[in-house]
Amino acid sequence: MNLKRHGMVVGVAVAASLALAACGSDNNPPVAAGATGGAGIDCVGGSLTAQGSTAQLNAMNQWIKDYQSRCSGAQINYQGTGSGAGQQAFIGGTADFAGSDSPVKDADLPRANARCAGGQAIHLPMVVGPIAVVTNVDGAKDLRFKPATLAKIFSGKITKWDDPAIKADNPDAALPSTPILAVHRAEASGTTDNFTKYLAAAAPNDWTYGHDTAWKAPGGQAEKGSDGVSAAVSKTTGSIGYVEWSFAQVDNLNVAKIHNGAGEYAALSGDSAGKTIASAKRTGTGDDLKLSIDYTTKAPGAYPIVLVTYEIVCSKGNDAGKLPLLKSFLTYASSAAGQQAVTRFGYAPLPDTVRTTVASTVSSLG
Amino acid sequence: MTTVTGTVVPRRDLRPRRLPSWSPALVAALAATVAVLAVRLGGLLGGGWALTTVVAVALFLTGLGTASRLVEGARSARDRVATALVYSAFTLALLPLVSVAATLVARGVSRLDGTFFSHSMRNITAFDSAGGAYHAIVGTVEQVGIAVMITVPLGVAAAVYVVEYGRGGLARAIQFVVDVMTGVPSIVAGLFVLAFWVLVVTPVINDGRPGYSGFAAALALSVLMLPTVTRSTEEMLRLVPATLREGAYALGIAKWKTVARVVLPAARGGIVTGVMLAIARAAGETAPVLLVAGGNPAINFNPFRDSQASLSLFIYDQAGLASKYGPPRAWTAALTLVALVLALTVAAKLLSRRTRLPR
Amino acid sequence: MAQVTYPVKVRDDRDDQAVRSAAESPPLGGGGALPLRRRSGAEPVFRALSTGAGMTVLAIIVAIALFLVVQAVPALRADRANFFTERVWYPNDPTAPRFGIAALAVGTLLTSTVALLMAVPVALGIALCLSHYAPRRLAGALAFVVDLLAAVPSIVFGLWGRDYLVGPVRDLSAWLHAHLGSLPIFGSGGPYGKSVLLGSIVLAIMVLPIVTALSREVFVQTPATSREAALALGATRWEMVRTAVLPYARPGVLAAIMLGLGRALGETIALALVLGNTFTISADLIGNGGNSIAANIANQFGEANATGRSALIASGLVLFAITLAVNVTARIVVYRRREFVGSAG
Repeated sequence: MNLKRHGMVVGVAVAASLALAACGSDNNPPVAAGATGGAGIDCVGGSLTAQGSTAQLNAMNQWIKDYQSRCSGAQINYQGTGSGAGQQAFIGGTADFAGSDSPVKDADLPRANARCAGGQAIHLPMVVGPIAVVTNVDGAKDLRFKPATLAKIFSGKITKWDDPAIKADNPDAALPSTPILAVHRAEASGTTDNFTKYLAAAAPNDWTYGHDTAWKAPGGQAEKGSDGVSAAVSKTTGSIGYVEWSFAQVDNLNVAKIHNGAGEYAALSGDSAGKTIASAKRTGTGDDLKLSIDYTTKAPGAYPIVLVTYEIVCSKGNDAGKLPLLKSFLTYASSAAGQQAVTRFGYAPLPDTVRTTVASTVSSLG
Repeated sequence: MTTVTGTVVPRRDLRPRRLPSWSPALVAALAATVAVLAVRLGGLLGGGWALTTVVAVALFLTGLGTASRLVEGARSARDRVATALVYSAFTLALLPLVSVAATLVARGVSRLDGTFFSHSMRNITAFDSAGGAYHAIVGTVEQVGIAVMITVPLGVAAAVYVVEYGRGGLARAIQFVVDVMTGVPSIVAGLFVLAFWVLVVTPVINDGRPGYSGFAAALALSVLMLPTVTRSTEEMLRLVPATLREGAYALGIAKWKTVARVVLPAARGGIVTGVMLAIARAAGETAPVLLVAGGNPAINFNPFRDSQASLSLFIYDQAGLASKYGPPRAWTAALTLVALVLALTVAAKLLSRRTRLPR
Repeated sequence: MAQVTYPVKVRDDRDDQAVRSAAESPPLGGGGALPLRRRSGAEPVFRALSTGAGMTVLAIIVAIALFLVVQAVPALRADRANFFTERVWYPNDPTAPRFGIAALAVGTLLTSTVALLMAVPVALGIALCLSHYAPRRLAGALAFVVDLLAAVPSIVFGLWGRDYLVGPVRDLSAWLHAHLGSLPIFGSGGPYGKSVLLGSIVLAIMVLPIVTALSREVFVQTPATSREAALALGATRWEMVRTAVLPYARPGVLAAIMLGLGRALGETIALALVLGNTFTISADLIGNGGNSIAANIANQFGEANATGRSALIASGLVLFAITLAVNVTARIVVYRRREFVGSAG
């Protein structure tokens, strides 16, 4: 009797799992609104494995979705494991390309180049992610900050919203006398690296912690991932944080205007972020398109806190079986249509001057 | 306070004076009224509802204590206050349970639809409302299934050794280690499998790549389930009456056969209960899966190759997602997971009640 | 475990009931001739298998320590700071990794201790309620309700705490600071977000069932003679509990608390969601902050490089050592009281 009962339980479990196995689907139907990307894709079959930066994860997901829904023979897998892990996977040969927020360190370059027989590891700027300073303050929606004020807030020197420095930046705002909760990233992150690079460059007197992927200033609250930071800011009144613009848009957060090198408070837009990229200096040699961003750029209307994320690929010596798909996919990503397709996630399209260079480099990959 | 003097005692003094049975209710009503008037409406101490409740309970306890002390004496008063405290401790513990249950249902139903149980998260961006946990459910079922296949034979055999074969130091050591192992934090189990399987063993068979996989998660869950299974089997084996064994021996049945065909079947109900409780615990574990399974938005039926998701990991991922569609998915997955775990727990308890061996 | 029949040749052995009655009064003689004594070849195999399984358990615990040590060494070698006194956690720095366990270990102990201070009185109250106060029939159902609390996965508590407890705890923190701000533990003037207090409350809810279940086991085992003796002497119920139950149960309760502590120290996902994850050492409970070894591992793992991962394993090793020490102590206490060996699982 007892046995029969157990047998029945097992039977039900098996039946349930069979039913489960039969009806699952990976094919999520495209949602009507805004999912019409994929124009101009030149289909190639095959599979690609890539990983790296989470900052470009949303863009990658969109491009992969566009590509795969247009080309059923293609299988592209991008995992947001982080820039460092992506670079290591590229060097180790387990990723066909890597997404990274920061260029490969000079010490690692020889190993990365060694992977590319007859070529070198090159950086293709592909996704521009402006970093938004997001706030959640009762009664004050559109705030503006000078870099020095930001540096003081994030290092804990300014603790109340009605501090004179914030008031000076926002003469018209009704600022409450509540404490500031500054939210930063808990784990090592390229976003933190770029944000602290900006603070160190634009407010060298008030930001003394240098730049690093780890957050080094005291105090505040740490959250895992940009999604964690944006969720915390959206839930906590009196908080301020920094996230990729995409996250600010998805969560509908208040994005602050930032004082730039030209002496004006610039609002964050695809256009204003693109101006900073356009004024960036190219530091890579040969096919390498590594950029150096001038955070104090004097270009009028430029929004200065931007993050460029690269795809790291081999200029020559890519796996011959994967090369066609790699080129086809990256060609779509660097096309005007591809760049436009990801703007709704809060990425800024590459300025055309940069984009055409990237596209021609992609077409010459070997 | 009865006074026993040896002389004739007036009749009404024989019975200790008691507060009437309605007095606790009266004290409670008074305490609540005073608390609401003073704290909630009077603004004393800041005046939130939570504070009002705390003050009301405190007033109730002191009020009841005082009343009882005046009428029944100090010992009775202490007894009444202790009783009230004991019951309020229980009520206090119910609050989070009720709150969690209500939240789970309230927020979990929004995505309780066919898509959720039949689709993965592949090709789902932050602006897509669809997507589901199918791939995660597959992952949980496979990982827990493999863990069961590993732990049940191992755990039962270890318990058989401890109870039936073990002598002296070794058996005691194993028993002790099993007990201690129940306290190994799940994240340590995850780190162990990371340090052993993912970073050391799999690179050998995987040309140098660390192999995050569903199987690695199953190994980590096994480390967590093994002591639970061993422990409960041990207890059940000890409960099997010695007479049963002796009867078998008397019939000339070999020891191993006695264990395999008499003792284990007799303890089966309890063993199954223990396994089910272990499954319930393992299915809800997030930390080890986070470290060694890798996570995957797409369906991966193969637990031995490439990363896999699991239901608990899915909750963790979706909960942190910066998309208004993330949290509803997380809560629905949480509801699913709790339903699964509760079903297992309840089934295990019912089973244990039906197959209880004589103590 | 696919046994199909009850092999004991007891008459009418169709179900458990028969086996049970057979167990209580074993059949004499049994009927039939005694089989020949054969030395079965399966015996040594069976014995070896079960011994092997037992040894595997021992091997696993040794392997945990061994592999964690092996994988932790590279990071400890690379560390430019003293691992035991450094507070910060920058192991991913490619040139000069600096990290230490100090802030994490203190955070872990602080959160767990505060959680136990909140959970233990309530848990003991519930355990007494279930063992000596609630009517017998009701007690079973109520115990089941507490078990339900234990069945809720920790990720669910974390999610619940993060979404619904932050607000109330923020108000509570502000109130505590306003009225008891002179105490250093309530010293922070804000901002209040995720804090040690929030983490401890969530943790307290999570260790409540285990402490309750274990101490209830002990309370129930108080010898009836002691309890009845107390009652016969005219003790009230509370006096009976205080004089008979509590003294008897003290070592068991102590063990229950330590096992709860072991659970609290290792709790990961819920705390990763409700702690502020900062690397400061402070007695302050209400200001935003708080961290624990386990939560830090969950937070940092995704973006850690090789050294970072190794450093996290090193921190896990420390956690393993602490929980092992706590659990071993608790079990020794339990084992001293042979009376309830076999019931404090």
